[in-house]
Amino acid sequence: MRGRWRWLLPLAAVPVLALLAYGFKLNPRDVPSPLVGRPASPFTLTAFDGTPVDLAALRGKIVVVNFWASWCNPACYEEAPVLERGWRAYRDRDVVVLGVDIQDKDEAALDFIRSFSLTFKNSPDRNGKVSVDYGIYGVPETFFIDRAGRIHRKHVGAVTDQVFRETVDTLLAAQ
Amino acid sequence: MIPELGTGALLVALALCLYGAVMAALGARRGRTAYIESAQHAALAVFVLVTTCILLLAYAFLTFDFSVRYVANNTNLGTPFYYRITAVWGALEGSIVLWSWMVALYTLVVVLRHRTSARELYPWVLTVMLSVISFFLLVMTVAAPVFARSVPIPADGRGLNPLLEDSGMITHPLALYLGFTGFTVPFAFAVAALITGRVGDFWITTTRRWTILAWYFLSLGLLIGGWWSYHVLGWGGYWAWDPVENAAFMPWLTGTAFLHSVMIQERRRMLRLWNIALVILTFSLTLFGTFLTRSGVIASVHAFTQGAIGIFFLSFLALVVLTSLALIAWRWDDLAAQGVLDSVVSRESAFLLNNVLLVAAAFTVFFGTVFPLLSEAVRGVKVSVGAPFFNQVNVPLFLSLIFLMGVGPLIAWRRASLDNLKRNFLGPVLIGAVAALVLRLLGVRSTVAVVALALTLFVSATILVDLVRATRARRTMGERTLPALGGLLLRHNRRYGGFIVHLAVLVMAVGVTGSQAWSVHTEMTLQKGEQTELGGYRVRFDGLRESQESNHGKVTGTFTVVAGRGAGDVLEPAKKFYPQEQSPIAYVDYRLGFIDDLYLVLGDFARDGSHATVKMQVNRMVSWIWIGGLILTLGTLLSVLPERRKIA
Repeated sequence: MRGRWRWLLPLAAVPVLALLAYGFKLNPRDVPSPLVGRPASPFTLTAFDGTPVDLAALRGKIVVVNFWASWCNPACYEEAPVLERGWRAYRDRDVVVLGVDIQDKDEAALDFIRSFSLTFKNSPDRNGKVSVDYGIYGVPETFFIDRAGRIHRKHVGAVTDQVFRETVDTLLAAQ
Repeated sequence: MIPELGTGALLVALALCLYGAVMAALGARRGRTAYIESAQHAALAVFVLVTTCILLLAYAFLTFDFSVRYVANNTNLGTPFYYRITAVWGALEGSIVLWSWMVALYTLVVVLRHRTSARELYPWVLTVMLSVISFFLLVMTVAAPVFARSVPIPADGRGLNPLLEDSGMITHPLALYLGFTGFTVPFAFAVAALITGRVGDFWITTTRRWTILAWYFLSLGLLIGGWWSYHVLGWGGYWAWDPVENAAFMPWLTGTAFLHSVMIQERRRMLRLWNIALVILTFSLTLFGTFLTRSGVIASVHAFTQGAIGIFFLSFLALVVLTSLALIAWRWDDLAAQGVLDSVVSRESAFLLNNVLLVAAAFTVFFGTVFPLLSEAVRGVKVSVGAPFFNQVNVPLFLSLIFLMGVGPLIAWRRASLDNLKRNFLGPVLIGAVAALVLRLLGVRSTVAVVALALTLFVSATILVDLVRATRARRTMGERTLPALGGLLLRHNRRYGGFIVHLAVLVMAVGVTGSQAWSVHTEMTLQKGEQTELGGYRVRFDGLRESQESNHGKVTGTFTVVAGRGAGDVLEPAKKFYPQEQSPIAYVDYRLGFIDDLYLVLGDFARDGSHATVKMQVNRMVSWIWIGGLILTLGTLLSVLPERRKIA
């Protein structure tokens, strides 16, 4: 390898680097949820304000079920205002946001709700049954349920305004 | 307050680091000593500042300062004191701080040791090392800001990953990172050699101890990682070919190859290009390892949370690889080999083969690790490559390496005569062959186990042959046996340190072989008072007990274990329930032994304590792996002692 050809040596590394760069386009954790397209499993909980929450009774409405915890910083802290905004913007159009607080202490959870002035219903999942039914892997995870009670989409990680709007708008338009 | 102080220190450190890197390079080019001295001061200041950052972080952890987001994410009010210290480097951001601190420390030692001894290379070494630190400081300020504020400040933190609440968390990352970062030094010397064109042997002899040190810490880190996996994770194994284990193993393989190939260059002036390439490869693989663990590209039990950091690491990796290769291209003619291989039957060729095998192993591990990525890129199919692939490919490679371990140190340089071969190897080969036969007759069915153990004995015999012969030579000079042996080890510490490290590898090989071939396990549900038997142990379930610890709840099972006719021993495996975790964490209990370990993992149980499922394993000879680690330490210590031959 003499003369100018040797300057091609660095090119040898390019395919490997390109392959690694391609890795950014993928998410190895993005395991498709088997629940999408299936009927959402019904649950009844008691919200922090003492009122009952019954998913089955909300059939006919679009329901956004968000699993969170007060110790889930920063993702849950990022999305709390997003959910509240979404709830306020769409509540008149048959959209319901439900928060399910998992693996948490009540005081810490109530602090969390107060600090973000959340007005949608939040309930503790005391024995973890709902999280198991929904195959929760970590918090936050959010399920978008259509009017027929089927899970339309599962979102892992903090919900953004864009995700919220796009998904809910799609579901509203599906009528 | 801490977030601002910390960020400030980081920014100043970054500025000084860049300044130092530039000044050292300018000093080298223009021959200005004052510039280089200024760069040295910068290096010192960087070390002090990064140390300050670590101390600030530790202080924030100890005082539960949840205004630091990193602290809030990795501790809570229940986290015990000890784990608040280890939490400093327990997650992504902190691990980078620790990393940079270590490179800064190494840089400082390089300044102290080499500023006068390696005048030509030294300024460039400084430039390279400060540039590496700059990169990590940049990551710490931009991509993974360790001192980011949490807004709003949470009342309590999330808590440390419970699996990291283990004493191994203090030693494993420290050793591993000392190993990873240690390779920065030989890499910096290699780049300096390329830049100055002094690609002869000087950089290699100068960095010999550095390389051994880095290699040793990396070995130790891998071993402690294995120990952690064995006694914490509760699956009963010590190695799983997980992508991140592989990430640490690859530089170990190429680093091992480098340790051997430099001897050929020192002795025969061969392999200049190869050695430079190997050290660059090793350093790049350490970066690749950090990239893999922190980019979220490949799923792994070790993966830290992901962020923009992946792009940073990949860019830096690309910069390092491309620049190094361009430098090699530039110095191509100087790197041409001088020596030639005289014969295929010689020590040179044994070492060469050893290098080829080690690099081949590194390549297969690399291939297996990135294959899922390749598969998704090319065919769009998600696959995972598991242990069977790695074992199938690597076991023959490792067996061949063990064989070469016996051949390499004893065979003659240049060209081995038939007489040399007979004198050194006839006995050991016979011992190995007889051992294989005996093992077969004893009923050992696994061919791999037979071959591995026979090879181990063969190599041990070669070491013994050498030791006996050399001691005898000294005894004929009138020394007694023990002083002769001691004098031999100390005078030829490099050679015999190497032998002891080989011995350590053999002991570990026995441990790995034994545990793979003869371990037994079972899983069953026991009623209270019921007992079962496995591998010579009788295990009785005596009941359950609930307790509340500072940051978790715990259910402990009590099992009485009797081995043979001896008295009973109580083992208490448990399940720990952390509020921040979805599933309980197993707490393994075990009884370690020289020949076998009994290992219990508590599975499902009835709340009233009437019955419980328990996973039982009798793992054979695993302790040999840890004992091998101790021997490895002794051998390394011996080999880095200052050489005494010349004084004597």
